[in-house]
Amino acid sequence: MSTRTVPRNKGQGWLHTAGKKIMKHWQLHLLVIPPLLFFVIFKYYPMANAVLAFKDYNVIKGIWGSPWVGLKHFELFFENPLFWTLVKNTILLSGYLLLAGFPIPILLALMINEIRGGRFKRFVQLVSFAPYFISTVVMVSIIMLFLAPRLGFANIALNFFGLNSVNFLGEPGMFRSIYVWSDIWQTAGYSAVIYLAALAGIDPTLYEAAKVDGASRFQKIRHVDLPGIVPTIVIILILNVGNVMAIGFEKVYLLQNPLNIANSEIIATYVYRIGLLNANYSFATAVGLFNSLINLVLLVTVNGLAKRITNNSIW
Amino acid sequence: MAVSAAVPQKIRESAGDRIFLAIVYTVLILVVIVVLYPLIFIISSSISSPAAVTSGRVWLWPVDISFKGFKVLFSTHEIISGYANSIFYTAAGTLISVTLTIMIAYPLSRRAFFGRNALMMIITFTMIFSGGLIPTYMVVRELHLIDTRWALLIPNAIWVWQVIIARSFFQSSIPEELLEASEIDGCSDMRFIRSVVLPLSKPIIAVLVLMYAVGQWNSYFDALIYLKSADLFPLQLVLRSIIIQNNTAGAMDAMAMVERQQMAELLKYALIVVATLPVLVIYPFVQRYFVQGMLVGSVKG
Repeated sequence: MSTRTVPRNKGQGWLHTAGKKIMKHWQLHLLVIPPLLFFVIFKYYPMANAVLAFKDYNVIKGIWGSPWVGLKHFELFFENPLFWTLVKNTILLSGYLLLAGFPIPILLALMINEIRGGRFKRFVQLVSFAPYFISTVVMVSIIMLFLAPRLGFANIALNFFGLNSVNFLGEPGMFRSIYVWSDIWQTAGYSAVIYLAALAGIDPTLYEAAKVDGASRFQKIRHVDLPGIVPTIVIILILNVGNVMAIGFEKVYLLQNPLNIANSEIIATYVYRIGLLNANYSFATAVGLFNSLINLVLLVTVNGLAKRITNNSIW
Repeated sequence: MAVSAAVPQKIRESAGDRIFLAIVYTVLILVVIVVLYPLIFIISSSISSPAAVTSGRVWLWPVDISFKGFKVLFSTHEIISGYANSIFYTAAGTLISVTLTIMIAYPLSRRAFFGRNALMMIITFTMIFSGGLIPTYMVVRELHLIDTRWALLIPNAIWVWQVIIARSFFQSSIPEELLEASEIDGCSDMRFIRSVVLPLSKPIIAVLVLMYAVGQWNSYFDALIYLKSADLFPLQLVLRSIIIQNNTAGAMDAMAMVERQQMAELLKYALIVVATLPVLVIYPFVQRYFVQGMLVGSVKG
């Protein structure tokens, strides 16, 4: 609320106030110009460039000069025999990640929260947080070294117990589990921090009341901790669902090989292959746009649902 | 159950609670082992002898300690240049990113800024919708940034999440009174930023520097799509070519065939350590900044 009592009349008054505000703090407004240019050039201009999806790209004529072809590329994609495989792979991989990866940080935070202070608590946090700092390339390198068909640790261990070697990365059926569980290994500790913060913010009198009522530790978690972090859980859930189609390209791409491609080809890797490697720009843009749109629709839907059901939302 | 509030002693846990706590401790110890084991294994392997690594004799601690892998790595041209490039990208990229982030986050935190809500929406919208890979690539190409170092520094310079974090820090940590006092004294906005905001914002600047630096050090995708010349490649891209694409030839030209097979394996472990160590070594010291950053960021507003 403004503390000054300038009468605000509509129309030219609005423009007038704006001008005065900008003039008074012109330095502040000047400051945002370079970052704003960044957003215009690298975020909004590409959105405009996405009209490519409705054109037949012609190198000489450029994006704007190329002829319109309507929904041709979208139709091509929907009729493509790969279409359902790509959608299925993308959704199954993200769904798996969501189902397995979402509850684990919550459980981890609840457990860490049960330990009273001290070194062990800090040690657990320090260790579980660490893998987050490993790059995707290193992460995939580690996976490949551990799961290598001959010299990998996993197979040496299997052989040690008298079991046969498995070519983990060559089995399409194992791809999703490898992706999801390595992801959990890497990010669970990091994600738990937000829940720990939410737990720290719970009113201490609630715990005292629970204690007076003779609640056991488990009952305390069930009736005080969990309800206390529900708003946080909902927000994180919305954000995760919104990312369902935007599943990390990098790691899938790096883990992909001709043997597991049946389950590992997702929309994002397909766009890269068709678009950049085969220079089929218009088609790849259409596929990418389709992906982004689904993502947007999912996010808006889930946000709306959450708002109705739990009264929490990200906007 | 009796509650003895007056006695400052530990309240005795019930049997059920003790069992529950024991389970919690057991699970957490298992978590620590599962997370830590692969890391220790890799470090141990990297300093074991090539023969011990390939014959699977390394289980936890190093066997026949040798630094052969590191010696070969640091005499390989690609690694050296990858390292130098990564250091450059990290330093330059962080400087650019942090500067730009503060330039937009601080004005957005000020009520006097005209159009702050609109601008905030313009920015956050890019978090949930984007033009996609190809349209962005086309822009970078149009600007003639392909195969230049700028391609890794500019197109992803600002992360919206960091803007939100910085903005909420400025909003909550720069006392309103200071601003009013300075306005009465006729201090300009620039001057206020320089002599009040920046000195008071060391914690958030530290958070931004760390997040961007780690991100830049670890990134490879931009390099993959925008760079063609090998001498511009950051370490992560070199790493990918050697480990994931199994392209160890360059590092071992001078070596005998017998040694090659073993050496190839060892090199991979050593390379992982070399590429990750800088981040992991500083990590325990900077962890609290990351936690702080995440907490500020998770505050709604």
